Amino acid sequence: MINLQPYSNPNYFMILLAALLPIMIGLYFGRRLKIYEALFTFSFLVLTFGGDHWHQGVALIIYTIYQVGLTMGFERYRRTKNQTSIFVSTVLLSILPLVIVKFTPLFPNDHSFNIGFLGISYLTFKTVQVIMELRDGTIKEISWQQYLQFLLFFPTISSGPIDRYRRFIKDYDHVPDRKTYLADVDQAVFYLFQGFLYKYILGYIFGTLLLPNVSQAALSQRYALGGTGISWYLLAYMYVYSMYLFFDFAGYSLFAVSISYFMGIKTPMNFNKPFLAHNIKEFWNRWHMTLSFWFRDFIFMRFTFWVMKHHWVKNRVRMSQLAYLVNFLVMGFWHGITWYYIVYGLFHAAAIILNDYWLRYKKKHADQIPHNKWTEGLAIFATFNIVCFSFLIFSGFLNQLWF
Amino acid sequence: MNDTEKIYSILNDLTGEDLTDKGDTNLFDTGLLDSMATVQLLLEIETEIGVEVPVSEFERSEWETPNKIIAKVGSLK
Repeated sequence: MINLQPYSNPNYFMILLAALLPIMIGLYFGRRLKIYEALFTFSFLVLTFGGDHWHQGVALIIYTIYQVGLTMGFERYRRTKNQTSIFVSTVLLSILPLVIVKFTPLFPNDHSFNIGFLGISYLTFKTVQVIMELRDGTIKEISWQQYLQFLLFFPTISSGPIDRYRRFIKDYDHVPDRKTYLADVDQAVFYLFQGFLYKYILGYIFGTLLLPNVSQAALSQRYALGGTGISWYLLAYMYVYSMYLFFDFAGYSLFAVSISYFMGIKTPMNFNKPFLAHNIKEFWNRWHMTLSFWFRDFIFMRFTFWVMKHHWVKNRVRMSQLAYLVNFLVMGFWHGITWYYIVYGLFHAAAIILNDYWLRYKKKHADQIPHNKWTEGLAIFATFNIVCFSFLIFSGFLNQLWF
Repeated sequence: MNDTEKIYSILNDLTGEDLTDKGDTNLFDTGLLDSMATVQLLLEIETEIGVEVPVSEFERSEWETPNKIIAKVGSLK
């Protein structure tokens, strides 16, 4: 049986666009073909998780049943009661499969059935988000059909962008008028071609043509500079990898957003010119935005709210530093349990904490610090390099170079 | 103090600026409020005005200016 990974080759796009046509015609005439959409989603899930990936398909089915059961159970419970212990247990149960998947690589001798599948972490963001909003009362009721549509919305299933339930359902239950829909399609076509440019031209140049060469050159210098392996090639690797990471992921995200727009669903954008950020704080408002906003809303803000409400930490500056540390550590662990992902998290926590010191200093001494296009250029340059260095850590290349 | 005055007093405290006549200033775009200050804002609204605002309720576009905050708090009361 055939297997096609999302957005991986021209065949996939041809099949996808052909299958999208009825949905588009429906929307053009003011109708959302919900049954066709469900079949469409199902077929593409089979394409992604079928064939020689069938074990992932089984894992996805079990995972989905488990999560839908958990969330619907909590929704029912929440109608009448609201105990913190039940809420916390539900969240823990919801992240349990992901935790198991993340810890499994630490035990390479264990050959038991792998419960992971492509996109499990992105589904977990959605389930945790819904449970937290049920707790807050901003989501009051959920139908399991709509919840399934939200979880398994296939354009974003494998790697995001991470949508929010209330936002998604609003689009899903609504048919845009013709003028709006045509503008959406216009946007979708633009994103699709921008995605091709990013992923298949620029991503290919950096990732497939350049990266292996700089990687080899840098590895050949592994004893350079007193055994640290620091060489010009390592610097080149850092920039090439950073460019590859951006164009590959931004390209993929553009495909996901584009296909969503064709379906009349305005999945949020993931990137907004991240390398033009003036500081690290701004960088996180521009890079992998749906992830960083998820962390902001569901880790950073909730953690701060909870600690400050109980008056455990009084000093505002210490509080924000603690919250940054927790936030980025969790993000590091989420990427995977390896030293370089965790150091990447700590690095960004440290960077944003130092950044905050600077911003406070700048605010206090605003009249003494020059501000012009040169200082702005310098800020962008410095931020870009700090970010690229963090991606060098993230890439795991240092692990290869040193160990 | 009425609620509007209370909100301005909280905001002026948090941002270190006098916003009293600048009800349409975008607090996020200008960097006057960050996530940390936002949480403080929600907590202060709870203690000073007695309106509980869960973090999930916090949709940035609905809270981005002093005037919007005043309207939102009014609607939640």
